[in-house]
Amino acid sequence: MFTAGAESLIKQAREIQDEDLQKFYTRVSKLLHGKDFGNETVDSLQRLYLIVSATKYSRALPEDVLQLLQDLLCSSKTAEQFQALSCAILRETFPCDLRNLSDEEGNSKTISHVAEVTLAQGSNQDKVSSVAHRVLKCLEARQPEDQINLVSRKLVDWLRYASIQQGVQLSSGGFFTSPRTRQPSPITEVDGAVAADFFTVLSLGQSYTEDQWMNMHAFSMIRKWLLCYSTDGSGNGDTDDKSEVDGSVMSMVSATSTSSRLLPPKERLREKAFEYCHRLIEQSDRKALKKSDAELQKACLIEAVTVMDIICREDPSFVYRAFACVKALYGRLSGDLAFSRALLPIAQFYLNHSETAAVDSEAVYRQLFTRIPSELFQEPMLAFEFTQFCRVNVKVLRESVGIFKHSFPNLFKPLAWNSPALISEYVELLPSLIGPDTAIEILHSLLDLPCLTAALDIQLRSASSQPSERVPLDPSVKVSSSMEAFRHPYYRGMFLYILRDEAGTGDTIDRLSVLHEVLADMADSPRIVQCAQTTPILLQVFFNEAAQFADEKLINQLVLVILERSSLLYDIPNYKREVQRVFSSQLLVLCKLHPSLIVEQCKELMEFSGTTGNIQSKENFYTHVVWAIGEYLSVSYDKRCTVEQITAFFETLEAVLFEITQVRLSASIPTYSPRVITMLLTTLSKLASRSQDLIPRVSLFLSKMRSFARSPAVSSWYSEEDIEEIHTRASELINLLKLPSVAQFVLAPSTEGTSPRWHRDTNTSLPLAMRAISKVLQRDSSFSPG
Amino acid sequence: MVHGFLIHTLCPVSAGSSSVCRVLYTRFFCSETLVPLPAGLDAGAERLLQKEQMMVVARQVKSACTLSREAAGKPPPESCLPPLDEVVAVQEADCGVFRLGAGEPFQVEKTVLWLGVLSLGFSLVCEPHENLLLAEGTLRTLARHCLEHLHLLGPPGTDVLLKVDRTEVLLDRLLPHGQLLFANHRFIHSLEKEIAACMAK
Repeated sequence: MFTAGAESLIKQAREIQDEDLQKFYTRVSKLLHGKDFGNETVDSLQRLYLIVSATKYSRALPEDVLQLLQDLLCSSKTAEQFQALSCAILRETFPCDLRNLSDEEGNSKTISHVAEVTLAQGSNQDKVSSVAHRVLKCLEARQPEDQINLVSRKLVDWLRYASIQQGVQLSSGGFFTSPRTRQPSPITEVDGAVAADFFTVLSLGQSYTEDQWMNMHAFSMIRKWLLCYSTDGSGNGDTDDKSEVDGSVMSMVSATSTSSRLLPPKERLREKAFEYCHRLIEQSDRKALKKSDAELQKACLIEAVTVMDIICREDPSFVYRAFACVKALYGRLSGDLAFSRALLPIAQFYLNHSETAAVDSEAVYRQLFTRIPSELFQEPMLAFEFTQFCRVNVKVLRESVGIFKHSFPNLFKPLAWNSPALISEYVELLPSLIGPDTAIEILHSLLDLPCLTAALDIQLRSASSQPSERVPLDPSVKVSSSMEAFRHPYYRGMFLYILRDEAGTGDTIDRLSVLHEVLADMADSPRIVQCAQTTPILLQVFFNEAAQFADEKLINQLVLVILERSSLLYDIPNYKREVQRVFSSQLLVLCKLHPSLIVEQCKELMEFSGTTGNIQSKENFYTHVVWAIGEYLSVSYDKRCTVEQITAFFETLEAVLFEITQVRLSASIPTYSPRVITMLLTTLSKLASRSQDLIPRVSLFLSKMRSFARSPAVSSWYSEEDIEEIHTRASELINLLKLPSVAQFVLAPSTEGTSPRWHRDTNTSLPLAMRAISKVLQRDSSFSPG
Repeated sequence: MVHGFLIHTLCPVSAGSSSVCRVLYTRFFCSETLVPLPAGLDAGAERLLQKEQMMVVARQVKSACTLSREAAGKPPPESCLPPLDEVVAVQEADCGVFRLGAGEPFQVEKTVLWLGVLSLGFSLVCEPHENLLLAEGTLRTLARHCLEHLHLLGPPGTDVLLKVDRTEVLLDRLLPHGQLLFANHRFIHSLEKEIAACMAK
């Protein structure tokens, strides 16, 4: 579709030399001076456009070319093609010194182009005003009244009083057509019936009159107009009221109340716009003969409800009338999924006004939060609009709509399906969904978001498969694919849990690992990989929010979930690593918030840190856990910390370290980094400094480690720097532990270490301690390495 | 109201050049009140800003479309057979929407609606609470006409770059001054007749 040829054309346009450019300008100038505009002129102007638009830096056209182009633009005799070209070129060369184009004579087409160029010139208020003035003069020659009221009046005429006869066709009839058959026939509805009431955008005719075109244009812009000008200085409309002297087309049908004629223009516009929307809603019940008209009906519904919403916000007296209409509409549409997009403005309307009208809105929200996300998650537009609705209204939804808070399993479905498009919406939406009672379940749901994607995919494929392929399988059959598992009774419950609509049936399921295994054949599907890439971001958002309000109980629960799920994840490439990375950093945050959790969860932590297999599968996370133990397992953080606990941890970690540093003759290259070793050494030393009976044991171990580091087998495992690092660390720790009180100070500083006293008091300050330690270490540096 | 319309490439251009996202046509409808740029900037700065903003949109649409096609498991467009006609091409096109927050890159929040037809993208930059159903319909109609009148489906040409008057005429009728139109099939028919008459000249 786009080729090297076009590519080189752009390049030429950008890199054209000055000399060639001037020659070209001269040629254009000459052509435009001539009377006849032929193909060569068109061609030149097209190339001129490409030259000015291809670069992002503006080019200054010579003065005479600019003048000629402006002449071309403003003359009503110019062909449309040339007007379009000159308009396009002038737009691209802004800023240029446009003469006052609005003074020129011209027809509406010219003024339209002039307006375009003026608006493109940037926000020069005077020029814009004068063009606007010119435009409005076209609408009505006399100009004494306020411009806004003028437009409002005109809009009323066009919306409500357009004719309902078809326009006379330009080329009407042939030789045999008698004048009688050229009678204008009435406008019809979209289903072919004769128009029942005033003209709207859903009225069909062979050709349209001018005011019918204006009707269509007026409705197209009414929403924006109402938003901009409805409440703007509404005081000045009623005095010089010309609205009674309308002279506009009389309405054929549907008598309007005379009292409405006495309303100021803005209020009258509101009234007429309301009637228009009412009619559109009725008209959309008809079955359109053409598919494009059926789509238009839906768009009209959305617009009509939205405009009614705006009108009701401006003037609450409309609410009762509006509700009668909207409620009936909801009743008509609620069962039909094809009209789901119209449900969103209806729900917004209920959200905004149901309190005023004391109308029960439970059913609407139930439909919205249960059916739409679970059955239509794969529609990109609807998913986006639904998410927008949730995001924009989240405060109100959280406070007054009961079902919202517990619908998050459903709310995650559009995200799971289409993560790249919706991730930024959910990053904003997620924090408002998290509360103390839902946090744990949300965490589990987020961790299994890729599983949800897989399950949704299987569900869709299953729904579109042959009925014979949907029959439940016999329990004794062994499944060979995730599709089969979906039909198998053993796995069915798990799928149903993942695909659930509402929260509250349990934070997670027992046999999650089984589910992960059976979904393994889908782990490299692009959609699931995309979801897996966005999940860590959401986890980060989750923890940031949870940290704001979590109490001790919740923090403990979160840590347990972290420990448990660090190995219980859907096996997608990189997914485990990224999630564990989030876990590592968040574990430290949680420890900082509530250091006692180490003591409170000591059993689980001991089990975790004692399992050597954890080092291989999640080394980074393991290292962080060990660090946290070393840092926070002390009496200064929790009075309940006992010597037995410290000793128990010590022994567990010692055993692990012993195991991983076994130098076996047939040793294979270890799969863990030296950082694990140094971290374990440091943590053991920290624990020992708190329970000084352990110092001899750890010192012994440390000296063993020094010999370990120097052994020939190890030198083939690690690089020289790493070995040196291990050795240095072991030496430092040994030396440090020779002075237990200093060791305690360095390895387990009390929490007051952050207070200023530590730095100002000359007896306790850190610089003093540092000096003491460095002297100690220097003194012992003559100690020969083992 | 629509803030802008653009046509741009989606895939790496075959025949050697890098996978730069090439913007082929942009049109602003200038519906936002621009905050005056800091004083002391060159007069062409506003235009430069607009061009850069459209580049950002085009790049984002390109990645959104690529990800969407990947997720749906569609083969790359180069390996596909060309579609039979414009109507089919637009029906089978990938479609999507995303939001641009304030400052990224426009001053206020915008919604971008895109259509990916083989290796060309058509995008509308809309206001946040636009009638997306109408915008989608309009975008599809616009894309269909662009494909037809700029000969984008046949052997590769340079019409999209040079025949800007045609694009202007299309936009002038179907999206006048950025206004989305609630046009039923009869209105569209009249507009299409006018378009055909203009193109024939």
